Amino acid sequence: MPAIEVNNTSRTYGKVQALNSISLSVEYGELFGLIGPDGAGKSTLFRILTTLLLADTGTASVAGHDVVQSYRQIRKEVGYMPGRFSLYQDLTVEENLRFFATIFNTTIEENYNLIKDIYEQIEPFKKRPAGKLSGGMKQKLALSCALIHKPKVLFLDEPTTGVDAVSRQEFWDMLKNLKEKGIAILVSTPYMDEASLCDRIALIQSGKILQTDTPEEIVKSYPSPLYAIRSNNNYELLKVLRDKNYTKSALPFGEYLHLATHTSMGVDEIISTLNTGNYPDLEIKPIKPDIEDLFLELSREV
Amino acid sequence: MNSYSIEVENLTKKFGEFTAVDNISFKVAKGEIFGFLGANGAGKTTAMRMLTGLSKPTSGQGTVAGFNVIRDHEKIKTRIGYMSQKFSLYEDLTVRQNIRLFGGIYGLSNQEIREKSETILHDLRLSEVSSKLVAALPLGWKQRLAFAISMIHDPDIVFLDEPTGGVDPFVRRQFWEAIYEAAGHGRTIFVTTHYLDEAEYCDRVSIMVSGRIEALDTPTNLKKQFNASTMDNVFVKLVR
Repeated sequence: MPAIEVNNTSRTYGKVQALNSISLSVEYGELFGLIGPDGAGKSTLFRILTTLLLADTGTASVAGHDVVQSYRQIRKEVGYMPGRFSLYQDLTVEENLRFFATIFNTTIEENYNLIKDIYEQIEPFKKRPAGKLSGGMKQKLALSCALIHKPKVLFLDEPTTGVDAVSRQEFWDMLKNLKEKGIAILVSTPYMDEASLCDRIALIQSGKILQTDTPEEIVKSYPSPLYAIRSNNNYELLKVLRDKNYTKSALPFGEYLHLATHTSMGVDEIISTLNTGNYPDLEIKPIKPDIEDLFLELSREV
Repeated sequence: MNSYSIEVENLTKKFGEFTAVDNISFKVAKGEIFGFLGANGAGKTTAMRMLTGLSKPTSGQGTVAGFNVIRDHEKIKTRIGYMSQKFSLYEDLTVRQNIRLFGGIYGLSNQEIREKSETILHDLRLSEVSSKLVAALPLGWKQRLAFAISMIHDPDIVFLDEPTGGVDPFVRRQFWEAIYEAAGHGRTIFVTTHYLDEAEYCDRVSIMVSGRIEALDTPTNLKKQFNASTMDNVFVKLVR
């Protein structure tokens, strides 16, 4: 039996369809990523699976228990780190951890081995009120508190939002260790680049799952030839490219533009259509798509 | 005529014993898109408060939009625009009311406000929803409206605070195109963010660590300098 199973689950808030017939399953020891922008429905799914919200239709089970019938059992067996920091700001680091251990009828000592690697990093500050920690440290404390009762399934709702790049990388290293201990992890993120760190991902937008697969397979499904292009005036070049017959889409991508064409073309062939005098430093190369390219492609069709 | 919008030298801010910003010096050219990066707590916000005239430097000197950061900080505020993703518009006012409010705050005449309103509504194709509450607009529209309103008084520099972190990849691109357009007209864009992928869109990027600017160059050169494939890696190497 999978650790998480969701079948055709929908939920509306008034007129807004937050989730539209979502299905997915997550195995024990799997790190599953829910990738999508703000407002895609990620948090609604988390709240349904952690038994804090009822779905309108569909069924779901977590750790073998139905989210409606057996909600009490689920609450004992899952760890949940909500998107908003929700520890007690005026309790110290240590007091927060002890509090969560106590309400789950356990002690810090009993499951310390599970959180040791994470907690050691914030232990020097254990007497500090949680509200006075930096973003990265808050996140480590929240993860420790979500793990202290040794959950079978871990729900992390945008754990890395608003956290700097160094802390983000450390955080993903920690998740890798946890999944190797057999915990099922469902993690959501708006960062497309974090998708490749998951075993499998679901791309979600406007309450719908666009696609579910391993990051490698997802990227393979990208349908068009793709080129990265750069010049001394990307914005003007972007407008020029959009008017070309061969262009399927042209979008800014950081320092480069990504050009998708209807048919495969040689780099020289593309250059021959441009007034190169305007772009002395023109650079064009064929590239492999990444998750964000695919997301943009799929979300065009919705 | 000065070709720099921002020029600061040895700018420092101390709070008691703590040095939040430690001797930073840099220049930003007119029409440049400048990324201002740093970890949580590196001093970005404090530095930006000094650049926007909200906080007086402990020492150092400089000019922003031609005004001295120490003597003329009140004047700086009239020549800059500001927008953050978290808060920029009043959700319970209509589109038109928001434009009027900010036009009024920046001292535009009624005539100017009327003209600006029409231009903004027309350019962003918002005429049909001009009497709707801002709360009812999709995020992408709100962002572009907020950006247009931040430029209602024709400022020399616009400060953008994490403008597109976490938003839909498509909406984010529309927004960057609006930024490119503004920069193309000679407006300087100053972006503070800790989303490293936003940095890749900037002409040049500075990275703050513990109150100091530890790196400043184009994204390409920074990646070369740190032998990194992404700005994320540059940042990690620099901070660790």
